[in-house]
Amino acid sequence: MSGHSHKLALPKFLSFLKNRPTKENGLVSWLTTVDHKRIGILYLYTSFFFLFVGGIEALFVRSQLSANDLEIFVGSTYNQLVTMHATTMIFLAIMPLAAAFFNFMIPLQIGARDVAFPRLNAFSYFMYLAGGIVLNASWFMGGASDAGWFAYAPLTSATYSPTHGVDFWILGLILTGISSTVAAINFIVTIINMRAPGMTLMKMPVFSWMAFVTAFLLAFALPVITIALIILFMDRNYGTTFFQTAAGGDPILWQHLFWVFGHPEVYIIVLPAFGIVSEIIPVFSRKPLFGYKLVVLSGAAIGFMGFTVWSHHMFTVGMGPIVNSAFSITTAAIAIPTGVKIFNWILTLWNGKIKFSVPMMYSTALVFLFMVGGFSGLMHGAAASDFQQHDTYFVVAHFHYTILGGGLFGFLAGTVYWLPKFFGKIMDEERGRKIFWWIFISFNLTFFPMHFLGTSGMPRRIYTYSSDMEWTALNGFITLASFVLGIALLVFFIEVIKAVKSKNKASADPWDARTLEWSIPSPPPVYNFADLPKIEKIDEFWESKVSNKPIKTLPRDPHGIHMPGKSWMPLITSIGLLIASFGAVYESDLRYIGLGIFLLAYYGWALEGEAEYYLPYPKKGKK
Amino acid sequence: MEALKLQPVITAFTVFGIFVCVLLTYYALLNLFKSFPRIRSKKDKEAIAAEDADVHHHVDTYTGEPNIKLFWWVFLASDCMFFGSLITAYLIYKGQSLVGPYPLDVFDMELTTISTFILLLSSFFMVLTLSSIQKGDLGKFRFWCFATFLCGLTFLGFQVYEFEHFIHEGLRLKTNLFGSTFYLLTGTHGVHVAIGVLWLLGMFIYSFWGGITKERAIEVEIAGLYWHFVDVVWIVIFSVIYLMELPIGG
Repeated sequence: MSGHSHKLALPKFLSFLKNRPTKENGLVSWLTTVDHKRIGILYLYTSFFFLFVGGIEALFVRSQLSANDLEIFVGSTYNQLVTMHATTMIFLAIMPLAAAFFNFMIPLQIGARDVAFPRLNAFSYFMYLAGGIVLNASWFMGGASDAGWFAYAPLTSATYSPTHGVDFWILGLILTGISSTVAAINFIVTIINMRAPGMTLMKMPVFSWMAFVTAFLLAFALPVITIALIILFMDRNYGTTFFQTAAGGDPILWQHLFWVFGHPEVYIIVLPAFGIVSEIIPVFSRKPLFGYKLVVLSGAAIGFMGFTVWSHHMFTVGMGPIVNSAFSITTAAIAIPTGVKIFNWILTLWNGKIKFSVPMMYSTALVFLFMVGGFSGLMHGAAASDFQQHDTYFVVAHFHYTILGGGLFGFLAGTVYWLPKFFGKIMDEERGRKIFWWIFISFNLTFFPMHFLGTSGMPRRIYTYSSDMEWTALNGFITLASFVLGIALLVFFIEVIKAVKSKNKASADPWDARTLEWSIPSPPPVYNFADLPKIEKIDEFWESKVSNKPIKTLPRDPHGIHMPGKSWMPLITSIGLLIASFGAVYESDLRYIGLGIFLLAYYGWALEGEAEYYLPYPKKGKK
Repeated sequence: MEALKLQPVITAFTVFGIFVCVLLTYYALLNLFKSFPRIRSKKDKEAIAAEDADVHHHVDTYTGEPNIKLFWWVFLASDCMFFGSLITAYLIYKGQSLVGPYPLDVFDMELTTISTFILLLSSFFMVLTLSSIQKGDLGKFRFWCFATFLCGLTFLGFQVYEFEHFIHEGLRLKTNLFGSTFYLLTGTHGVHVAIGVLWLLGMFIYSFWGGITKERAIEVEIAGLYWHFVDVVWIVIFSVIYLMELPIGG
């Protein structure tokens, strides 16, 4: 309820809550920030960091596999590396990378001053950080989880995973789960309620649309994994027998619960990238997006159907031919809306004045790479064929093509495309192109040969193989390529940081783009829009440039620009839950202390209210 | 199984129905006198229009609904999946326990029916709480808010008693699958009720600090939204766990 001014009703002993932090610069300002742009930047940097960590883990894995009979990382260490590589990449790198763009771009694209709940937004970020800390703390506290990222029961039971690794893994995922759920609900409310007047849902930019669909996927999929994790935690620590066959339990329940979450998760990763690509391709083809409505509706269809295909991860479990056939059919069906998107992008390119700037290169690469991943997906979407491919390197090739080729390439495109908006700086075009080719080529050299390894029978997750399997040459080649890919990605991020530090000032609209975020300065002022826009058409900003008429705006508020107050509470509540998580792993009293801190800060949060202040408007004419 | 009859359940629901009907009639009669169309002077009308404009002026969201209300609707939708997974786990493991005690060995239908009745009653009180603050009647608000709080607390008391009783009967969390799923599902619901009870108590205290006003009735409305949701979930849980054990037609 922005703009709802009410006085705080507090007794004297609580009046200190009225003193809100006001620092504009320095560490404190970042810890207490509620500005969606700053939180977006925090997400961006933190996910870059975890991408680096996950990448190192991947290279360790590849080193072990580079030749037959190596003994660099053996047994549990190797399993921990595999598990943590996947977990870190999915939950701490790719998903938050999407969140960085959601945070920064959704309010700008829909013409809002901030998200619906600015403090909750900060809380989401700190919870994500806490989850990352808990997950990675396990490395230093007796070893990480070694049960694989989908942690099949009963491998995760106290009998087979006696260290605290799995406990850390469970709590880390619960924390990031809270973060994502809360953020998702925040974005849903923001998109439904904070759009500029006149921007109906069918006039909303495609990226915001895909964020909207993703947020629903998150809100409905994460509770399921949370329950699964809680049950698992109880099995391990409180003696229940949910997944213990000996006591009548059923390990398959875990698989169902996990994949009911796990498959929508795939679309949680890919849909934001699709949204980014759907923004970039029209801009660099100098054409409106072909079939806007179809792109939006197919995105929503993917969202719905994402909940109907989970059992295709479990074809070899023995669910019976009828279930397998049913899920084969739904899996084949979900390729249709995905195909619709691909055709729409291609038709947007058709007859366009295509300009291959760096974001466009990543975007078109995504279209190609995701198709490769999609086709191999269709192959093991057919249950009979999956029996051959299940748990082989073929699957590893497939999901790296979808998650990296479909996800990461979109986010790299987004990083280059929106860097001017994030930091007001632009990346060097020439070097950007070179880096793109290094990444693109080494990516294909790394992951394409994995198809061959898979078809010749190499299982995933094995730590070594003997020379007579004849996998050595390909594996050595893949390892070499993976190191090139790792270095290329590292250079990309160094280039980003160099650009941010450089003096290549970007203009407000360096790409001659179509959506509202480009109508304001780069980087945007803290209040985003001095005058809130009024929307009449899709791509209002583009229309205004073509017709040379400024975007219509709302009348100004006589009080000034309404801003949400900064707060310490999101940070303190997150610290409370972080402490409680460590306490829960060790079953110590720390958990009560942590929960106590959380509860106190939570009441502080409720009582301090949304607090607000007003900034003066800038002079008209000057943006 | 002669100890289990439908009679107490039916009796409880009938009593509940009658009680609700009586209260609703009373309430309707009370409002009937207030809602007669009064002839208002022009001045009155202007004052009301000004007041309306003042209230609605600040709600500048796209849909006109306050953000916080939308937040709770989406959160509750998400919570449905949370309970949905738990109920699924319960149903999948129903009848799969290898050792006793089994549900019918420990359930006391009468007791749980009474506590269910009290929880449902609290939903009715919640409606009255919201309606009184929407009218700006702080005294009534405090009364009904406290009544709702007491009902919630009583329900929790029943649950604690029930758990103690079950443990006494030899049903612990780790005894069998029934114990695990039962305690997890009802316990999670109990935590939801406990949060609601804390929330109600908080609102009750906050009203003495002047934090609850007619203009901020939305804060009470969302608490109500949550409270009704928790009650509805209990109806499902009660049906799934308790009523499905009744030997109806079998």
